[in-house]
Amino acid sequence: MSSEASDIAQVRAEGHATVVSVQGDVDMHRSPTLHTMLLDMIQRKPPLLVVDLAAVPYMDSSGVGTLVDCYRRVREYQGRMHLAGLQPRVRGVFEITKLDQFFTIRDSVAEALR
Amino acid sequence: MGEKELLARPLHRRVHSAPAELAEVRKLVAEMAEATGFAADTAGRIVLAIDEALANCIKHGYAGEPGHPIDLTAKRIERSGRVGLEFVIRDFGRQVDPDTIRSRDLADVRPGGLGVHIIETIMDEMEYSCPADGGMRLRVCKFV
Repeated sequence: MSSEASDIAQVRAEGHATVVSVQGDVDMHRSPTLHTMLLDMIQRKPPLLVVDLAAVPYMDSSGVGTLVDCYRRVREYQGRMHLAGLQPRVRGVFEITKLDQFFTIRDSVAEALR
Repeated sequence: MGEKELLARPLHRRVHSAPAELAEVRKLVAEMAEATGFAADTAGRIVLAIDEALANCIKHGYAGEPGHPIDLTAKRIERSGRVGLEFVIRDFGRQVDPDTIRSRDLADVRPGGLGVHIIETIMDEMEYSCPADGGMRLRVCKFV
């Protein structure tokens, strides 16, 4: 298992999957950094990309937009991208925008890796 | 700031069109919403709505340019026995016809354009206008 870290997220390999564990608010200020990091991961075309949001207390529409863009890019190479561990407030943003029906959302990273 | 002070008179804050400033405003709006009597989850949604409104000023009013002013006014209101919060968000950037500001089709899944939908869904009232001296003015209300 290898890993990489930055201020906004830590990345580790779990078998065939890449797990990106995001930390802190994902707002208009920080989502560009997360976007850059995720695009770097996606360039490597992992078969499964798990975005772990358990340590994200707040996300706005820029964060959601970042994840939508990344999901579309993963689908372009026939990969899968799952979201895991959403806190209630963050889940609420996905519900308001009806994107909870678009993403595969799992309660935990362990479930997302199954 | 104590709860009574937060609600005693309208709150005025001038922020600038820099995304890094939004976290401090979120904290202030959360405190004000909780002091007004909103449950924690509703207070969190109000924070999101105001954050989206400010982000729209930065993105659309000022095209992402930093350093431009945005004025936020918040006050406790009572109407027909209902208590609530009213926010006015005012920028001095590009004007657009308020009738063209609307939520987009959510079935078209793509990044961007979700802010107005979020504000409209969360708040009880939402009204955009074009002040005569330029910029945009947004008034939103939420009742407990």
